[in-house]
Amino acid sequence: MNSSVIVFPGSNCDRDIAVALEKMQFKNQMVWHKETSLPKSDLIVIPGGFSYGDYLRSGAIAGKSLIIKEVIKAANDGCLVLGICNGFQILTETGLLKGALLRNKNLKFINKDTNIKVINNNTKFTNKYKKDQILKINIAHNEGNYFTNPDHLKELNDENLIAFKYCDDKGNLDEDANPNGSLKNISGIFNSKKNILGMMPHPERMIDNLISNTDGVNLFSSILN
Amino acid sequence: MKFSVTVTLKKDVLDPQGKVVQNTLQNIGMDSLKSIRQGKYFEIEINDNEETAAKKKVDNMCKKLLANLIIEDYKINKI
Repeated sequence: MNSSVIVFPGSNCDRDIAVALEKMQFKNQMVWHKETSLPKSDLIVIPGGFSYGDYLRSGAIAGKSLIIKEVIKAANDGCLVLGICNGFQILTETGLLKGALLRNKNLKFINKDTNIKVINNNTKFTNKYKKDQILKINIAHNEGNYFTNPDHLKELNDENLIAFKYCDDKGNLDEDANPNGSLKNISGIFNSKKNILGMMPHPERMIDNLISNTDGVNLFSSILN
Repeated sequence: MKFSVTVTLKKDVLDPQGKVVQNTLQNIGMDSLKSIRQGKYFEIEINDNEETAAKKKVDNMCKKLLANLIIEDYKINKI
């Protein structure tokens, strides 16, 4: 399977995701933001980091970059698109995913391993997980507080478009388990066709027991499945 | 022609920074303070002498990039 990782000035998880993809046997290419065409890709990843130093709003400038037009075109043609952390922020700024990521409620940059629950496991990104499975995945962000309007929240629920929610280690979805104030503990969502996933947690950091755990592996094996 | 643009979070969107500034001002004795919303300010110069057309261009800039209309409102003023 061919994957492309988009690299912006200020991206800093691009090499981590490349290592994860290659470990999972993807044939990966890095694509600089000034490119005007994409290599043949089954999966496009927009990595985490601080594209353009988070100037204006997180993801706002990257959302208008040259390569993004091609990403939008490919996404509309059904290509799988995964946005992690800043990548999720960029996807909301492009309009490929609805809603926005606000400043964390406690105004702090949060870097910690958090529990998330798999809400919809019937997608190209999550089919190797069990429904309601609890994963421990690292988060590292300042703007991860997901916000959307009531109509879209209804759509997310009715169409089963919520991928993951923050939970405690028993799977409870209460306010105490919500690290950043995110609406309904949401930590990852799909678009209506479910070929785009945006998530704040970093699955690419959870692929090796030597440095963390392997809870992120099944996201990549789901895509390969 | 010069315009100012002010971008603020919408009323129903939580503004934790504004809240902290508000609390701090109240703590140092600014007792009649009711509320504070924090925002962003831009000064924009346009090469256009016709005000309506120039303002329309600034409005387009706000919609396309300066404000995220899901969470933010903006105001344009000629300066």
